Amino acid sequence: MSITDLERQAQQAENAPVHAIEGRSQWSLTRQRLRRDKVAMASLAVIVIMVLLAIFAPAFAVLVHHPANAAYPITGENSAGQPVGPGTNGFWLGTDDTGRDLMVRVFYGARISLFVGIVTTAIATVAGVTIGMIAGYFGGIIDTILARVTDAVLAFPYVVLALALAVVFGPSLTIVIAVISFFSWAGIARIVRGQTLSLKEKEYIEAARSIGAGPLRIMFIDILPNLLAPVLVLATLYIPSAVVFESTLSFLGLGIQPPTASWGSMLSAAQPFYQTAWWFVVFPALALLITTLAFNLLGDGIRDAMDPTTERLVAARRRKGPRGSPSRSRNDDLDLIIAGDAK
Amino acid sequence: MTLAWFLIRRVLTGIVVLWAVASGTFFLFFARPVQTVAHQLAGRTATPAVIQNVINQLGLNQPIMTQYWHFLGRLLHGNLGYSFFTQESVNTMIKQDLPPTASLVVGGVILWLIAGLGVGILSATRARSLFDRGSTVLVLIGLSMPVFVVGELLIVAVFVPLNQHGLTWIQTQYAGPSQGLGAWSGHMLLPWISLAVVQAAIYTRLMRGQLLTTLGEDYIRTARAKGLSERRVIFTHGVRAALTPVVSQLGIDIGQLLGGVVVIEVVFGLQGLGQVAVAAIYQDDLPVIIGFVLVAAAFVVVANIVVDLVYTVLDPRVRIA
Repeated sequence: MSITDLERQAQQAENAPVHAIEGRSQWSLTRQRLRRDKVAMASLAVIVIMVLLAIFAPAFAVLVHHPANAAYPITGENSAGQPVGPGTNGFWLGTDDTGRDLMVRVFYGARISLFVGIVTTAIATVAGVTIGMIAGYFGGIIDTILARVTDAVLAFPYVVLALALAVVFGPSLTIVIAVISFFSWAGIARIVRGQTLSLKEKEYIEAARSIGAGPLRIMFIDILPNLLAPVLVLATLYIPSAVVFESTLSFLGLGIQPPTASWGSMLSAAQPFYQTAWWFVVFPALALLITTLAFNLLGDGIRDAMDPTTERLVAARRRKGPRGSPSRSRNDDLDLIIAGDAK
Repeated sequence: MTLAWFLIRRVLTGIVVLWAVASGTFFLFFARPVQTVAHQLAGRTATPAVIQNVINQLGLNQPIMTQYWHFLGRLLHGNLGYSFFTQESVNTMIKQDLPPTASLVVGGVILWLIAGLGVGILSATRARSLFDRGSTVLVLIGLSMPVFVVGELLIVAVFVPLNQHGLTWIQTQYAGPSQGLGAWSGHMLLPWISLAVVQAAIYTRLMRGQLLTTLGEDYIRTARAKGLSERRVIFTHGVRAALTPVVSQLGIDIGQLLGGVVVIEVVFGLQGLGQVAVAAIYQDDLPVIIGFVLVAAAFVVVANIVVDLVYTVLDPRVRIA
């Protein structure tokens, strides 16, 4: 290579349009990795569809002319008074025990399940993060007491106590939300406490303290942002368990009360129809399964995307590595590798 | 010596826990007006005088603290009181309804640990194989299923078709071991599977993760280097170390297990403690509820002591103190 070649190259490099080196945050990296995860994206799509079905359930009921709580003893039941199967008399998924449109009720059930899942997770997350952070940050006697309470809540046979609370205060949506929130914060608190314990020893916390920041400021401005990643993953994984919890309470008759549609109470009502009306069991069960599975898969995907050292991504990288994937630029690979090595 | 001290201390704390749980339940249910119980007992057409009479008979007219002392006194003598509705002794009721619940718990836990740990070990030693990927998907499905959905789907997909084709081994109600082991296992098989599926999923995942981490340690390489068979490397050196977090998780899950037991008894009509407790909760039958809660709490306390003992066996660094 002659010196003129080198000069020309240098010239080219100087004349090339200047690209600012884009700093990318942890979040934008995570988003990118998540977007490449087909399973997580499919789960997200399923969740969005479920949310849309829940939101537009009333519109849907108008469309098929079957309000959620209206019974159709003539078209919706056969001559023996039994529910009719899918596709009969304009009931796409069949009818339930009192001749109501099963599909409309499954969509209405999504409203309850998703609402309870999201609201209780929000409450439990706020409570769990606050308690875990206080326990981890202050330590000492406060930590001991809070940790004991957390352990006690975690170890308690919660279905039994939930049943008792639901009976004592009378079953209602509010009680369901209160009970589920009460039993959900402890798991989050435990993990947040552990994270806070290690974070508070970091130099930057010491620096904050040395310039006179108070405990509240340190907790909410310095520690909290670093907790967001694990908490986000946990919250995504708590939504499905809250949905399961709600349906269990409703199944036992202590959650959402009839005639309001809820997947749990539908499955409970379906019990005498195992032999005669499989659709009455299968469709609410499928709706429940698909929803919780989608949230679990999405939560898994987010966790993998946040931690590039997890095997799934490493394996995917290895699989695609030698052949190279056209959809991914070289830069992205670099990001993955750097982020992976840094861990 | 330390073992004796450990047991004494744990049993004493256990008793305090039991007292706290019993008192909590007692006062929780006294937040409800006694009228409801009396109304249900006396029937819909009862006059106020009859209702008052019922309240007096049950001793519900006394001040709460007096009732509480009576309750504690009886409890010290091992007497759980009598059902408001059937006047049956709660001790007898518990003795009667324990076998289905005990069968369910013991069989379910064994199946759950075998399935969970077995699949976990297999997928960790064959990481990223087809088996591993398949089991990961199954685990997620298991994690997403409420216990009662598993039970109902098993009934619709297994029990109903088998019985329609004349295979009557698999049944739903409860049959004691006295009716033959075949009948007993046939009746309990679906409940066991339901209980195991959801829990096994968590353990498969935990075991796989732990074992993968452990197998990457230096001492595993050393063990291989000195020529131990792969089986010994995995089971004596790997699994034993990987089991510790699994066992501590077990201590937490035993409490949750009881919730699953209640639901499964309702789904399969097993007539065990859980189903009796649910019925009692609906009726406000306080003595029965407290009896059940105490049995459940005692089970959790004892199981946790056992778990801690197993822990020290698995990991000699942990001392009981």
